[in-house]
Amino acid sequence: MEKVKKGTWVRIHAVALGVADRAANIPEDTRSVPLEQWTKGRLLEDASMGDEVQVKTACGRIATGNLVEVNPQYELNYGKLVPELIEIGESLRGMLWREDK
Amino acid sequence: MTHYDEMMAKKNQIMHSAIGIDYDDFEQEGIAFDYERMMKETGYTLEELQKIQAEFFVGNTPILEMTNLTALARKLAPEGYGARIFIKDEATNPSGSFKARRASIAVHEARKRGYKGLIAATSGNYGAGVASLAAKAGLECIVVQETYDSRHVGQPEIVEKARACEAYGAEVLQLSVGPELFYKFLQLLEDTGYFNASLYTPFGIAGVETLGYEIAMQMREQYGKDPEVVVVTNAGGGNLTGTARGLIKAGALNTKIVAASVDLSGLHMASDGDFNRKSFTTGHTGFGVPFCTNPDRSDVPRSAARPLRYIDEYYTIRQGEVFFMTEALANLEGLERGPAGNTSLAVAFSLAQKMKEDEIILVQETEYTGAGKHLNPQLSFARDNGIEIFFGDPKDEVPGKNIILPKDPSLIEAQPLDMDGLKRSYLRNQINKKGSKDFGERELEYLREEMNVDQAQLEEFLKEF
Repeated sequence: MEKVKKGTWVRIHAVALGVADRAANIPEDTRSVPLEQWTKGRLLEDASMGDEVQVKTACGRIATGNLVEVNPQYELNYGKLVPELIEIGESLRGMLWREDK
Repeated sequence: MTHYDEMMAKKNQIMHSAIGIDYDDFEQEGIAFDYERMMKETGYTLEELQKIQAEFFVGNTPILEMTNLTALARKLAPEGYGARIFIKDEATNPSGSFKARRASIAVHEARKRGYKGLIAATSGNYGAGVASLAAKAGLECIVVQETYDSRHVGQPEIVEKARACEAYGAEVLQLSVGPELFYKFLQLLEDTGYFNASLYTPFGIAGVETLGYEIAMQMREQYGKDPEVVVVTNAGGGNLTGTARGLIKAGALNTKIVAASVDLSGLHMASDGDFNRKSFTTGHTGFGVPFCTNPDRSDVPRSAARPLRYIDEYYTIRQGEVFFMTEALANLEGLERGPAGNTSLAVAFSLAQKMKEDEIILVQETEYTGAGKHLNPQLSFARDNGIEIFFGDPKDEVPGKNIILPKDPSLIEAQPLDMDGLKRSYLRNQINKKGSKDFGERELEYLREEMNVDQAQLEEFLKEF
């Protein structure tokens, strides 16, 4: 596997609290899984995907975790069209502007 | 002791160095503490707040009259009814929400006292507010947010908030579901020595006082009177507390303060399985109710947000009704905002129909929108998570199971929450805290302030326990 170069902007993942360490008074479905964490930063040494690495984050903090993504991207979008919203707009504009014409 | 317990045991010591307030100084007899002295001695005067916010280009947002929403409300209301609806367009603040007001004071305080950076534990607009103003002040910023469920599926609105914070140069530490977020928050405070930009310090609340003050001043100047009603979306209580205090400072004593929260009853806020079954990440009953009845459950020893002191009436509204009003705001007023910030707008639309035509109802915030946050991705995400979305009567909506879009705007109806019930729960929590109902004189006075009741009313409540 090709090495990811030192200095690359990456996302890392770590387990913040294992199942045994979770707080007592939380719902069962939450307590039965670990508390996980992700952050981003510049890689301090060359590494391969999945390796435990250290990064320097945006505020200059050194964080440790497993390398999971290189040049992490935002996958946000506006979702699939919800056609009901078109209908609400049409009907409201109809009620206010078209009905009396 | 687990790592978790070890960290929690150090809570008070870490908080003291990360906020710089000696909360013990304000403690009084038993359950009581001196709220007003805490606000005065650790906070800022209105003039100082205005000066700080002006430097950060925060505040002085416009008030807009919603003439078309008012016209629609009047079509549905009896003759002579249908109050004029106004909004304070808080989306025009840097970072796009009223949270910039709270962030400005926290950032100012951190800078003044020589902290190198700030940490905020928030999945909402406040993170973007702190990140944006920390950038302006040249301070570091870390935002800790609850983003993903155990399948690594992120709530779109929170993922968008992370993007915004990173755009302002902050580090965003993203976590899976769980209240132990607080553990990571403490760990970061200890490791970095940064300032705790809590939403619940006197700085976080005082920053909103300017909002209430501006409402009174702008309305008097433009319309010659104070609004009859101001509607505030309520979660942790800071927005409501600050706005109400600002209105009082402006002398707007007859303005009724109405709280509004999205009805998410039945969903557990700390449940991994419920996390992505809700379409509102704040402004909902899951925060609004418990923070009313137990304000000191926050991340500081004594919360400066004490909404029960100021709420005159409290209404809930359903997710489908807020989405409907968000679409109405875009289609009839040409304003794309929210949706979460439109919780109070949906309540105002309903209440306006019960008020006279010459009365004024004002919605005190809007928030920016964008990919992830917008109502289409929220509804699309809900549908992908098995939530049914259809037109019908919103009264049949079951949070986590369906979202019912009103088939007609006449079906939008805010539901009153029983204020006496909230006060009773508050009192129960205080009795549990003390271990008896044998309160001393100052404690009784404190309870009257906290519950906003007189001695006779308090005695009636106490008889029930």
